[in-house]
Amino acid sequence: MYAVFKRELNSFLSSMVAFITIGVFLLVSGLLLWFFPDTSILDYGYAEMGGFFSLVPYLFMFLIPAITMRSFAEEKKEGTYELLITKPITLWQIIFAKYLSCLVLVLFALIPTTIYYFSISKLGLPEGNIDSGAVIGSYIGLFLLGTAFTSVGIFASSLTKNQIIAFAVSAALCAFAFLGFDYTSQLFALKSFETTISSLGINEHYQSISRGVLDTRDLIYFISFSSIFLLFTMLAAGGKK
Amino acid sequence: MSISVKRLSKHYGNQKAVDSISFEAKPGRILGFLGPNGAGKSTTMRMLTGYLEATSGEAKISDKNIILEAVDAKKHIGYLPENTPLYTEMYVKEFLSFVAQTYKLADISKRVADVIEMVGLTPEQHKKIGMLSKGYRQRVGLAQAIIHNPEVLILDEPTSGLDPNQLVDIRALIKTLGKDKTVIISTHIMQEVEAICDDIIIINKGKIVANDTLEGLKMANNQNSLEDIFRKLTA
Repeated sequence: MYAVFKRELNSFLSSMVAFITIGVFLLVSGLLLWFFPDTSILDYGYAEMGGFFSLVPYLFMFLIPAITMRSFAEEKKEGTYELLITKPITLWQIIFAKYLSCLVLVLFALIPTTIYYFSISKLGLPEGNIDSGAVIGSYIGLFLLGTAFTSVGIFASSLTKNQIIAFAVSAALCAFAFLGFDYTSQLFALKSFETTISSLGINEHYQSISRGVLDTRDLIYFISFSSIFLLFTMLAAGGKK
Repeated sequence: MSISVKRLSKHYGNQKAVDSISFEAKPGRILGFLGPNGAGKSTTMRMLTGYLEATSGEAKISDKNIILEAVDAKKHIGYLPENTPLYTEMYVKEFLSFVAQTYKLADISKRVADVIEMVGLTPEQHKKIGMLSKGYRQRVGLAQAIIHNPEVLILDEPTSGLDPNQLVDIRALIKTLGKDKTVIISTHIMQEVEAICDDIIIINKGKIVANDTLEGLKMANNQNSLEDIFRKLTA
């Protein structure tokens, strides 16, 4: 499994996919956080990162599908899937290796943004006046959100040979999983189930972790979310019998 | 038996791509798998290597069931799929070490160097696979199939698209490998069969229509030309 993981990661790094997607992510998040007046910290005037953390999920909706779209789709198109599956590795190991390598890239995209935290903390008055607990919680929340989106992206990629379709399907699924349940719960006819329905969505749990409270219910939610989609991947990838 | 296949079938809806075939293959012999396009050669090979699951019947490689003991069985197979799919963005050595790692081989760098020499890749060993010509890609494909010194080699059209010089080289290599391994190759080229195969299976519309040694097949059909025999059995 380690061999597949290493190969995946190397192919990300050698094909520039990693640098370009992460570069674009950092550029856009940097611009939104520091330059564009509507969302800029400097115009906002408070030393906190709430704006950043409510923004990144929307960027992830595009960044993560861009990272995951090739994982199965490309192999199926090039025929290397046949090569891989006839090696003495189980399908589960292949899926997990691909999932982990994509997660590492998500982590690579997140790590440089800690610089925003240090900058904002320096800008606070007095210096260092920032709610560090909430920031740490939000980073954990973002990472868990990343695990959920990655599992969706891997699943979408296993459905098709076409990377564009994989991208579109996973972006749509991620958007729905993040926001769809909230909006659905607002429907007038479903008012009485509002909390139940919105608790199915990612946003509810992401917000809850972002408050700086690590609740096991949220953790279990994210772990089950990923497991379910990786299980779907298993069915979709193994389904070509 | 290195390979034993019992009433193996693959159905797609009503279409029977492979219809209840049974055969065996012994070590030290090269088995030629012949048939017209769409006869079910590739489908059979894919079932033997565990890429496709059979609708019914079973295939055993070195006495391991390819579906039930998949990981064990796959360790004994070297497989070159049709059209030689490879990771084109990887370097030759990088790719071969990756394959060696999936088999959990010890002393990977030595084994990689050995197979590179064996298949004649030495002049191209520092290139990316995407930059290689068809003939050299085919050699990379063969190299990855033999890197773990498997008991069984399954080669799906290993010589398609090669020039005459490369053909001779690759055939000679397969012939050498066939001395101590069980080799199945599929091909359309009758001269190739005459040159390297010991046993022959001809398959048509998913059914085996001949299963004999090369000499036996000629005797049984009272003909010396393999091409005529092939046409008689499959037309």
